[in-house]
Amino acid sequence: MNRINELLNRKDNILSIYFTAGYPELNDTVSILQSLEAAGTDLVEIGIPFSDPLADGPTIQASSQKALENGMSLKVLFEQLKDVREKVSIPIILMGYFNTVSKYGIDNFLSSCEAVGVDGTILPDLPFKEFNEKYADTFGERGVSNIFLITPQTDDERIKLIDSHSTGFIYMVSSAAVTGAKRDVSEKQVRYFERVNTFNLSHPTLIGFGIRNHDTFKNACRYSNGAIVGSAFIKMLEEEGNNKEKIESFINSIRTA
Amino acid sequence: MKYNVDKDGMYGRFGGAYIPEMLYPNIEKLGQVYLEIIESEEFQKEYKMLLKDYVGRPSPLYKAKRLSEKYNTNIYLKREDLNHTGAHKINNTVGQILIAKAMGKTRIIAETGAGQHGVATATACALMDLKCIVYMGDTDIKRQAPNVARMKMLGAEVIPAMSGNKTLKDATNEALRDWIANPEDTFYLIGSVVGPHPYPDMVTRLQAIISEEIKEQVMEKTGRDYPDYLIACVGGGSNAAGTYYHFLDDERVGLIAVEASGMGVDSGETAATIAIGDEGIIHGSKTFLMQTDDGQIVEPYSISAGLDYPGIGPLHAHLKDTGRAEFLSATDKEALDAAMELTRTEGIIPALESAHALAALKMKTFKPEDVVVVTLSGRGDKDMETYMQYFMPHPILPKGEG
Repeated sequence: MNRINELLNRKDNILSIYFTAGYPELNDTVSILQSLEAAGTDLVEIGIPFSDPLADGPTIQASSQKALENGMSLKVLFEQLKDVREKVSIPIILMGYFNTVSKYGIDNFLSSCEAVGVDGTILPDLPFKEFNEKYADTFGERGVSNIFLITPQTDDERIKLIDSHSTGFIYMVSSAAVTGAKRDVSEKQVRYFERVNTFNLSHPTLIGFGIRNHDTFKNACRYSNGAIVGSAFIKMLEEEGNNKEKIESFINSIRTA
Repeated sequence: MKYNVDKDGMYGRFGGAYIPEMLYPNIEKLGQVYLEIIESEEFQKEYKMLLKDYVGRPSPLYKAKRLSEKYNTNIYLKREDLNHTGAHKINNTVGQILIAKAMGKTRIIAETGAGQHGVATATACALMDLKCIVYMGDTDIKRQAPNVARMKMLGAEVIPAMSGNKTLKDATNEALRDWIANPEDTFYLIGSVVGPHPYPDMVTRLQAIISEEIKEQVMEKTGRDYPDYLIACVGGGSNAAGTYYHFLDDERVGLIAVEASGMGVDSGETAATIAIGDEGIIHGSKTFLMQTDDGQIVEPYSISAGLDYPGIGPLHAHLKDTGRAEFLSATDKEALDAAMELTRTEGIIPALESAHALAALKMKTFKPEDVVVVTLSGRGDKDMETYMQYFMPHPILPKGEG
């Protein structure tokens, strides 16, 4: 079974961490993965840096730009991940904008994912419809889950449609915002979370965008199977660098009050 | 109409809507209503009235006599430079502002490079009493102070884009981020035939007034309803799309698009997307773009801020793909020289963008009986500083007094 599904079947209150490949230093990718796993992270999303990340706020933008300056690319990333499955066993998802993947070539990309042991992808600007028509079968054959997003503006029918075509989990964007927005959980948000829950979706949901500490994590877990922390983790890396102890205390601070 | 957009928002293999789910409801809604609104009697009445009485249309089709003699053919200039605010951009903004109003939107956002689209948007917002926010790269804000001042006087808030090289591409990213964060009340008024479907088609239709008038005016002046050539500059490509629209399926008409090659196509300092780009996705659209082998978008360069864009509208990518249009490119120097040539032969100072279209006259050989229409997309007022630096580099004031 795919590592993502295995995890979701077994566990609740899942903590997923996003970080940008090649940040803060080019060769930090694998050691950050190892530190995250050792600290008890359930799932990781590795960001493929892109020059024009239009769904990302300033923190992730800046990390992408730095990673590109460091020399990161999909080619380099797959090279770095070559033996990752000898070192790390938690599920790994690659998250990035479609242009970098399509330039690399979809078939090449999936072959590389399969070869190094990447379990899933999040490609926010690849349209749901195009994925289903053109790529869903190939992803399925390669055992790579593609995770779709839903937002507070996604209507009921479309949420159900997305659920019916999902593999892995559904990424529930917490509010109308780019990544890293610091909004507290509002009543409007709670209504959205509750609305989604009434559908009894066949896939688990993880909440992302704005999750940055124990309170926001705990709150998200009340309405979902877990949550994703991105910008807050990148900010920590920016301040502390790639430091095993600091990563561990960051993860602990999210898990426990 | 085989060069037009299909029901999925595609021009052949280009176009589409490569956008994150956060933008899906807005783009979907706009896609559902834009045609209905544009084709409604109410819209047409108000749009046509504004074009006539506010923008000052029809813009003249002027026979450039001395220029024609020089090139031994018949050159007509489509005078978009005489529009209110000084360029073709206003055709699109008055149209989109009416669409925004019909959709009940109260907050308008826009991106701008040189500031021409920003000024045209701020103008339309002032006219309609709508809140206006313009994203502009921080570098461009410093380079284009007069247009920033115009936007502010018109009541717009100008927000600097601080990411990337801080130019048009980054301003567009910031505008899209704003729309993601404000999906309910906000309308994104895009300034060119770029972005996710339906923007390329919507903007093309709003600029199509250019070719609608050319058709009538060429008839009036030459007795036939088509020219032999239509020449326009292309950055994103909105004035070219408008210039071509009613002639796309009329294969008697040669379509010539002129890109900005900056310091030269192979210099690494260029904005000639068709010349050096390949297929990819930029700002929600599949098209040609300038990118690295790893799919990172490359920063463009051109002396003309309006052509300084690393992508091109999907319609143009399709016109290239099918061979329907011929794509040329002009360097900074060729454009500057063409600007001076027009100034001294016809007494018209063109915008630097339009000067690229004029530069094509030297690259082609026309027959004496040919009817050649060049779209003069804008006037040169905004470019005076650049022109002065190039043509009159010696300071007027003695040193020490500047």
